[in-house]
Amino acid sequence: MADYTSDEMMTIAAARMVRNGTSCFVGIGLPSAAANLARLTHAPDTILIYESGTIGTKPNVLPLSIGDGELAETADTVVGIVEIFNYWLMGGKISLGFLGAAQIDKFANINSTVIGPYDKPKVRLPGAGGAPAIAASCGEVLITLRHSSKAFVEKLDFRTSGGHMEGGDSRAKMRFPGKGPTAVITDLGVLTPDPETKELVLTNVHPDVTAEQVSAATGWKLRVASDLRISPLPTANELQVLRDLNERTAKAHAGQA
Amino acid sequence: MPAKILPLTDAISQFVRDGDTIALEGFTHLIPYAAGHEIIRQKRRKLTLIRLTPDVLYDQMIGAGCVKGLRFSWGGNPGVGSLHRLRDAVEKGWPNPIELEEHEHAGMAVAYAAGASHLPFGILRGYSGTDLAPHTTVKFIECPFTGEKLAAVKAIRPDVTVIHAQKADRQGNVLMWGIVGAQKEAIMAAERAIVTVEEVVDKLDAPPNSVILPGWILSAVSHVPRGAFPSYAHGYYKRNNAFYKKWDAVSKDRDSFLAWIDKHIMQTKNFDEFLTMVEA
Repeated sequence: MADYTSDEMMTIAAARMVRNGTSCFVGIGLPSAAANLARLTHAPDTILIYESGTIGTKPNVLPLSIGDGELAETADTVVGIVEIFNYWLMGGKISLGFLGAAQIDKFANINSTVIGPYDKPKVRLPGAGGAPAIAASCGEVLITLRHSSKAFVEKLDFRTSGGHMEGGDSRAKMRFPGKGPTAVITDLGVLTPDPETKELVLTNVHPDVTAEQVSAATGWKLRVASDLRISPLPTANELQVLRDLNERTAKAHAGQA
Repeated sequence: MPAKILPLTDAISQFVRDGDTIALEGFTHLIPYAAGHEIIRQKRRKLTLIRLTPDVLYDQMIGAGCVKGLRFSWGGNPGVGSLHRLRDAVEKGWPNPIELEEHEHAGMAVAYAAGASHLPFGILRGYSGTDLAPHTTVKFIECPFTGEKLAAVKAIRPDVTVIHAQKADRQGNVLMWGIVGAQKEAIMAAERAIVTVEEVVDKLDAPPNSVILPGWILSAVSHVPRGAFPSYAHGYYKRNNAFYKKWDAVSKDRDSFLAWIDKHIMQTKNFDEFLTMVEA
């Protein structure tokens, strides 16, 4: 068996999606890990932007919160909230948005608000934050989350941020500036929207994962690409850099950081 | 007229009233904990809180019974999990029910900017294609020039805004830097404004274009070193992540929460005593 975890594979697969030199608006958690791994491996000129207003930040450890001091100290510039959302995000300056989610549907709409009914939630999540604006305004959007039938659902409990809406041309009709989600990266594989219907199709499985496994972990009848590919194995360098980053991070957040 | 440099107790008793709409702003950085604790200590009630990112401080105020409403766009203990006191209030009405008005960050941002400009609403491309719209107060309007559909969000005009900053001079001019969030807009939008600062100096010595809040637009400035603990003040001290992690267990249970508030806030005279206690 391979000597890496499925979480490591997910972060590495997600990191590989980031092209060098891209301006990338990053959510906290899994997206932040993947975007920083990209910056520390194949994409050193990636411009990372967090919604706390830090632009061009190069953190040495992953932030615990969106506004950690580390992000400000290593940034090219720090701007206020009104400026980051109005001028930078709504202003169309950001090529790539990188989001996490608690739930996702087949058109890559996502939920980060509640599990269960809004007024009597089973799980109350933090809410929208910057996600709807990121989903609407970035040139394109990557989404990363762990694969399970609880997360990949036929119908979201709450639509926090719009992906491809009801599929087909329904997003295009809303005339958002960005083209929406272009890939969903999980611990099992990669899904990409069909160019016409916009329904997510399984296009990659990670090594040692079968399409049946992914289908079983998906709450709708999953379409599988006829030319299903296998993600390349993590390289020794990718694993080393990711593990060093995680180790530095854990150490930094144990007490003050 | 220069802002008054006042002890925090006096600033809160003079400028924060029962029933106020109040923003204690801060985006992870410079959260005005000392001021929030003083509001709890002085038993203010029926406050409507506003903030993009309510975290542990608002959890404390809600659990302590100061709050009847919350307008926000992301509520949580960053990197840790849920706000248990907020959830208990929303889901079980303890210690009293609170009403939520939930937004997205971009909507809160334009609403603060509109408030600071004394305009009735802010506009953005947002809320559409989401389930937020039916659960909040947003309306859709047509651009009078292009016909584009845009979201309109009612301006935020707090009765009082409270923030923490790094420095003030003796005239009460305030200087802040680092992640500055929506603090300037929140101050400019408010009827009254209180700033707590790390230090009071003779001269700010700030370059032009720094984020400076002139004393004459503020109601009070209070000198409270480490007043943002357990959040951080850029250039002064780091975020105490361990405190945020510990808060999860303290706040999970009503009794342990009440015991914590009683010991750390109600039974302490001021923030200094609280700091001594948590660091002992």
